[in-house]
Amino acid sequence: MKTFAYRTAVTPADGLEPGAVFLAGGTNLVDLMKLGVATPDVLVDVNKLPLDEIADLPGGGLRIGAGARNSDVAADPRVRRDFPVLSEALLAGASGQLRNVATTGGNLLQRTRCRYFMDASKPCNKHTPGSGCPARDGDHRDLAILGASASCVATHPSDMAVALAALGATVRVDGPAGRRVIPVTGLHRLPGDTPERDTVLEHGELITAVEVPPLPFAHRSTYRKARDRASYAFAVGSVAAALDVHDGVVRDVRLAWGAVAHRPWRAFAAEERLRGRPATRAEFTAAADVELAAAEPLRDNAYKINLLRRMTTAVLERLAEGARR
Amino acid sequence: MRLTVNGTEHVLDLDPRTTLLDALREHLGLTGAKKGCDHGQCGACTVLLDGRRVNSCLLLAIAHQDSHVTTIEGLDGHPVQRGFLEHDGFQCGYCTPGQICSAVGMLDEVDRGWPSAAADDDPLSDAEIRERMSGNLCRCGAYPHMVPAIRQAAGR
Repeated sequence: MKTFAYRTAVTPADGLEPGAVFLAGGTNLVDLMKLGVATPDVLVDVNKLPLDEIADLPGGGLRIGAGARNSDVAADPRVRRDFPVLSEALLAGASGQLRNVATTGGNLLQRTRCRYFMDASKPCNKHTPGSGCPARDGDHRDLAILGASASCVATHPSDMAVALAALGATVRVDGPAGRRVIPVTGLHRLPGDTPERDTVLEHGELITAVEVPPLPFAHRSTYRKARDRASYAFAVGSVAAALDVHDGVVRDVRLAWGAVAHRPWRAFAAEERLRGRPATRAEFTAAADVELAAAEPLRDNAYKINLLRRMTTAVLERLAEGARR
Repeated sequence: MRLTVNGTEHVLDLDPRTTLLDALREHLGLTGAKKGCDHGQCGACTVLLDGRRVNSCLLLAIAHQDSHVTTIEGLDGHPVQRGFLEHDGFQCGYCTPGQICSAVGMLDEVDRGWPSAAADDDPLSDAEIRERMSGNLCRCGAYPHMVPAIRQAAGR
């Protein structure tokens, strides 16, 4: 590991000196430092900042402090009751040990697990801009089918972020240039020609909280994750959904997919297609297909198209059945 | 820097790169926690940090000077240890300190009512214990004996 200086942050607006990065739980950052993929000059520890509260918002929303640990958010009674998709997504990710340390802000900012990115000795446009992307013709079974570019086909690995995208959550950011609010769906970039930038955050900007707005029908929401083993593995595809059915008709729906793109993929086109239509299996599949029409699979990941179509249909059917009971 | 381990405060002169695992093993002589993968994937390094189970290989010691660390050496005759002995919950023993620390943390999580992805009605069913312990790997495959060992430790 490259040497670094260590200091603790005093206020969220402190910012960062050149070459510095924030340290929260560190479950991804410390690993990337061991691998030589992350080589910060300075670590600025934000764990002492008072950012771990989960607070009620007017009307039934929640403000989740960026420092709140994944395990505490997953276990929070309000999250489990009002936004079960978020608790389920968190519990589907990582292990008990990792969830006890990983933070809400850090979970959003974790890096891709693309094997070429994780290997400093390999070319990768994300860790070494301009060096090329071996994944496009190499091992890309787990990688993107939507929104990728010639220079990067990485996926965002978070489960939590998929639930937050479905719920229409926003991210509160603080920094030397002031505070701002960013929708979770606009936090992560598509890779384009600059895949080295995962998000729209500027150097020194710190996520201080995630706000989940009131969404009454989200008490009927769920997360389903497909992976290569029963537990403790990253997704090859996942679905976060909330469904509001009235008299057999879809009044409203929220749908997002994981492990298909450089960001958690809110399926806006599928949602638009479903609103006002019958809550039937055929309509659910047709809506998934509207969204998947934009997919550009690689040699070995076209299976994700059918996987997402079937998972989306099954998840929405289950939510619709729950509504009938 | 300062580290409090199993109730004793130590003052150490360490490089900021030192992980909690390396501080325990290489500088305090506490070699119970093991370095399996060193990437947070196997759980062999599991210790309790302020009572919560964590992967000590992914924590920088310098960032945890105010915490209380409990290692396997600090769990003297814990019911989980007795359960592992009585149910033969190991073969080679390499993963065992991590398994036991993880089980101790896990049972506390169950007591606090924390859910798991298994979502069974009984938080100590076979499926629940396996899901909750999925962050600890065992190359010998001693899992079938660990499940009743952990359930026994919970008084069941």
